[in-house]
Amino acid sequence: MSPPFTSSSEPPCRSSITSIFKPSWHSSTTHASKDEVGWGGFNQIYLVFRYPPRSVKLHTLLHIKKPLKMARRQVGHAGLPLMNIVRMKGVPILQQLEIEECLLRTSSDNWCIINDGADKPSIVMGVSGKPAGLVEIRPVLEDKIPVIRRFTGGGTVIVDHGTIFVSFICNKNDVADVQPYPRPIMSWSGLLYSQVFQGIADFRLRENDYVIGLRKFGGNAQSITKNRWIHHTSFLWDYETRNMSYLKIPERAPDYRLGRDHLDFICPMKDYLSRSDFISKTIDATRSHFSVKSTEFETVRLPSNPKFTPTSRLLTNQELEPAGKTSI
Amino acid sequence: MALRIWASSTANALRLSSATRPHFSPLSRCFSSVLDGLKYANSHEWVKHEGSVATIGITDHAQDHLGEVVFVDLPDTGGSVAKATGFGAVESVKATSDINSPISGEIVEVNTKLSDTPGLINSSPYEDGWMIKVKPSNPSELESLMGAKEYTKFCEEEDAAH
Repeated sequence: MSPPFTSSSEPPCRSSITSIFKPSWHSSTTHASKDEVGWGGFNQIYLVFRYPPRSVKLHTLLHIKKPLKMARRQVGHAGLPLMNIVRMKGVPILQQLEIEECLLRTSSDNWCIINDGADKPSIVMGVSGKPAGLVEIRPVLEDKIPVIRRFTGGGTVIVDHGTIFVSFICNKNDVADVQPYPRPIMSWSGLLYSQVFQGIADFRLRENDYVIGLRKFGGNAQSITKNRWIHHTSFLWDYETRNMSYLKIPERAPDYRLGRDHLDFICPMKDYLSRSDFISKTIDATRSHFSVKSTEFETVRLPSNPKFTPTSRLLTNQELEPAGKTSI
Repeated sequence: MALRIWASSTANALRLSSATRPHFSPLSRCFSSVLDGLKYANSHEWVKHEGSVATIGITDHAQDHLGEVVFVDLPDTGGSVAKATGFGAVESVKATSDINSPISGEIVEVNTKLSDTPGLINSSPYEDGWMIKVKPSNPSELESLMGAKEYTKFCEEEDAAH
């Protein structure tokens, strides 16, 4: 099986792919090299995308020979529904969000997206987030930290290369014992991650946060459509303490926070688990619910839907500056 | 919030409510109330057809399962909706959930109170928490929706299956 792309290949269907996604705010282009592509064993599908720590264009991510297309419900080993695992490394969070929303809205397959680190620090707010109450506007503007509003609900996080993202995009009928509402979905994901941390850390789902003891190490959010849902998480494998100073303590906070500031409220996962172990254990836990099956790359297609426009977006300085003036 | 939802469910089960319902009688065999005289979609929206206008919102069952609504995203007046397709979303418990229109038509009014008071969807899902008013383009679509008894059974079966 040959890698899906090389540094010199061009995607024949770039026009159809870029019709799905809006161009990102990135300005330079890079190409993944052959030796940055990996294929997992154990009957797993990996589409591996790797980016050096520079800005990238979205279509570079999609050095895919053919667009992924909608497929009928697929059933794998032992009758379990199929889960396609997509592994990425260093993909910018805005591009990850655009991919996820497209898959949620236009695919009929199940997807597990794992992005091992974002390319640079970015603030990501939920769909209803208001910058003035969530973000220290002046330093964010001065330090040019991107502020993104994502398509899912929930609170505000700052992500960087120390963040590991895991997203599950599922047909509700493929997780049939879970009602497609926020709390049942979160209970399901909480049980999945309990398997990951079993015997390693005092993990639990507490007031909708992933915690070890009383400290949060993963922020999660969801979006639910008529027949599908996404549950995605940004895990703090590690973080820059100075980056937390860009965030305010939100007005709406869980009771267990007890008014603690960020550094007293969160903890890094690295104290418990290596990055690779966390990712492999997460994939193992996924196998309890799904069949992860290797598939010829050419048959893994993104659905082509020129009518779809992602809603996650980068906020402009003009949108942030009034908030900064108001808060002074 | 859990206590509030329990209280709301208990109040509903006892058919107690601060909202007046002069024209519709409650028909409830479960903790969520279902009003007679409305039509219901299997995605848990209700529609009340009066003359040339149909009012749309989400049911008590839906708001109860969603949790406290903190944000509502609704379309603009003058736009159109299509049967069984999304026209907006609510945010609750860190999740956005699509709202689907039970019928097709032109949006003639939007409940602007929901932008400041999204909790009306929880406290008054069939009255003050209405979302949009639509001029139906195909009134026969209403015939394919569920009545109150059918919807009640649908909710009971759905909850029992999980």
